Amino acid sequence: MLETLSSLADGFGVALTFQCLALAFLGCLLGTVIGALPGLGPSNGVAILIPLAFSLGLAPTPALILLTSVYYGAMYGGRISSILLNIPGDEPAMMTTLDGVPMARKGQAGEALALSGFASFFGAFFATWGLVFLAPLLVKVALLFGPAEYFALFVLAFATLGGVASTNQAKAAFAAALGLAIAMIGVDSQTGVPRFSFGQVHFYDGIDFLVAIVGLFALSEVFVFLEHKSSLKKSDTSGIKLGRITPPLWMLRKTFPTMCRSTLFGFFAGVLPGAGASLGSFISYSFEKQLVDRENTFGKGDPRGVVAPEAGNNAAAGGALVPMLALGVPGSGTTAVLLAMLLALNITPGPLLFQNNPDVVWGLIAALFIGNFMLLALNIPLVGMFVRVLMIPTHYLMPGVAMISFVGIYGISGSTFDLIVMVVFGVVGWVLRKLDVPLVPVILGVLLGNLMEQNLRRAMTISDGDWGILFASPLSIGIWTVAVVGFILPIFMARRLRRKLEREVTASDVD
Amino acid sequence: MKSIRALCVTGLIAFASGGATTAFAFEPESPQCIAPSGAGGGWDFTCRQVGKAMQDQKLISSTMRVVNAAGGGGGVAYAEVVNKMNDDNDLIVAASSATATRLAQGAYPGNTMDQVRWVGTIGADYGVIGVAADSPVNSLTELMDQIKQDPSSVNFAGGSAVGGWDHLKVLLAAKKSGISDVRKVKYVAFDGGAEAVVQIMAGTVQAFTGDASEAKGFVESGDLKVLAILAPERLDGEFASFPTAKEQGIDVVGANWRGFYAPLNMSEEAYDFWVNSVGEVYASAEWKKTMEANGLAPLDLRGAEFEDFVRASVNDIESLSKEIGLIK
Repeated sequence: MLETLSSLADGFGVALTFQCLALAFLGCLLGTVIGALPGLGPSNGVAILIPLAFSLGLAPTPALILLTSVYYGAMYGGRISSILLNIPGDEPAMMTTLDGVPMARKGQAGEALALSGFASFFGAFFATWGLVFLAPLLVKVALLFGPAEYFALFVLAFATLGGVASTNQAKAAFAAALGLAIAMIGVDSQTGVPRFSFGQVHFYDGIDFLVAIVGLFALSEVFVFLEHKSSLKKSDTSGIKLGRITPPLWMLRKTFPTMCRSTLFGFFAGVLPGAGASLGSFISYSFEKQLVDRENTFGKGDPRGVVAPEAGNNAAAGGALVPMLALGVPGSGTTAVLLAMLLALNITPGPLLFQNNPDVVWGLIAALFIGNFMLLALNIPLVGMFVRVLMIPTHYLMPGVAMISFVGIYGISGSTFDLIVMVVFGVVGWVLRKLDVPLVPVILGVLLGNLMEQNLRRAMTISDGDWGILFASPLSIGIWTVAVVGFILPIFMARRLRRKLEREVTASDVD
Repeated sequence: MKSIRALCVTGLIAFASGGATTAFAFEPESPQCIAPSGAGGGWDFTCRQVGKAMQDQKLISSTMRVVNAAGGGGGVAYAEVVNKMNDDNDLIVAASSATATRLAQGAYPGNTMDQVRWVGTIGADYGVIGVAADSPVNSLTELMDQIKQDPSSVNFAGGSAVGGWDHLKVLLAAKKSGISDVRKVKYVAFDGGAEAVVQIMAGTVQAFTGDASEAKGFVESGDLKVLAILAPERLDGEFASFPTAKEQGIDVVGANWRGFYAPLNMSEEAYDFWVNSVGEVYASAEWKKTMEANGLAPLDLRGAEFEDFVRASVNDIESLSKEIGLIK
């Protein structure tokens, strides 16, 4: 314990130089902006800045500090466009749209931004402490997860899908199935055979979920705007209230338990390589809904619905660094890019990293703490500026959204084909909105479907086709139990809730 | 792809004007390297590191422009070069064993290895086969014997898809050790070598197949035991303790090479320029350091020699893939 703290102090010695602080500030600022822009998320933000780190000729530690600041910054920034525009800035921020947008529509945009900024800080801060003290221990937890356990975990995620859709469960199930179908596209890694590729080499790598997200959320928003353009006129923006730019104390107090629970869930989801931040924010939200949503306010602008995914995904970002540093296994797309960067800098992550390069590891961890405080300091005062985005007339804002989407996607892959796919997703998103089908489960299907299938197939190969392997370990049985309970319980709860609601409605009718 | 096409046109103009005035050696006006992956991928690093080395050694006068053309496991870039940039003199494209594997398996539809010129290699990452440190198996021959007795008792875990390089090199070794039906050898595909090693540590799979650089850290930490390295002879330095497969009577070499190809109709001068430049980078002391940092072992093939090497490996992979039923 003491040894760890003194190592951390050494780390602060490395990180508290002018150069490192300046880089951390630059990284946080760039990261926040990158995270907020649809089409640019943490993984491409980091990838874009790698050449910069190269050409500046930075030493390993400062280079890592720059890139992880961008990473944390983007995780913070993703919520901004989620809340204000209903367009997730990156994939883990997707869940934040569910309650963030209704809050903004109720005139609480400022509160939602400030509160989620604080939740992000809370999640990331404690996840970093988790990284400091629990990394060696958590590595052992990751080793308990084989393909069978991962499969059970993803089934658990889909079993709690009901938490996402507050209105029509059938439509949510349809959306998830659509996402799963999209996830099938591409070369199947367990057989090497291309599926649903129509002979198009472009489809061999599958559909990039970022392309799907930007199409479904951002472009469909633009299409909806085009459709209603004539009826909206200019009166549109004048009625918008921005709300206060600090969260009221009662809101903080009410959401505090949520913050703690979500940080825990998110952190553990992040620690498991192959689960990641999206699963972190998703599980945090759906569990929180099932635990505390007594009045059925989730999805209608409940502050806890904003806090849960934000604390969850930022905690997961910290958690994902555990397997990346201690095992060399990236837990997410972003950590995969960071890993490539580390290798290029002649640092091999893995079991010996903490012994061989303590200055790098502890400098990095110290930088995470510094970056976190910087982000909090940057984000809370800037809320006032961010919310002004809502004052921009839609007829200026929407072309901007379209432009950023196209530039963002093209900038990463350099592929015009991806742009076409994105437009197709835009049209699909527009149709789904018309049919009142939720979009979030579609993306979850794409994100998690592939992982779920691959792990099932791996388990089957290992066991020679014996399904018993899925229930062979106590851990997997445990996860299955939670999945079954998580699936069945809400059905009974919903029945009770509906009865209660009906009573209330009749009661208010009498008044 | 508009920007690539525009660049291609400027490249052409540059060549036309350059060709008229200079009679001697070719020098690219706006050197460009296509990385057939997204930013941060393996091919991206190949382009960036070699580009930087070329500029540092003053082989090229301007910065190497790195263009990312991701998609289809390199197939999108390959088709783009063949169809649209077939006579660009300023262009090289990053490639590796995966490129040859996919060409052999027809995974770049309609494209063959003869549609480009193969420039040279900048090093190789030799394959290793390993088991958990506490496994009772101590040599590659023991492992292969175990597979002969009960094929279902050994699951190989690797970082590439089925039919990818990590899978194929196990099959090559199995064939050489006398396993006639290689389809019985079980392989489980994971996302990258590190994830596969972790599954070895977790005990869900029994054997690991990957590159030496991926195995290094886990051997040092005492989690992984390398049974054999698929190199012609033992490597230097940290890898010296890995016995070769050849020593154990299984004569198989599996190198994950990294290198470049260039457009087919590039001028002879331009082709010679790139072959020489890649050779000079390879020979430099600076590059030796980069190779060490990235776990790359020596593999120095250029020009015609490299072309023959790629052809031989495409043929090998093709017949092996037919045998396991991956292609017809």
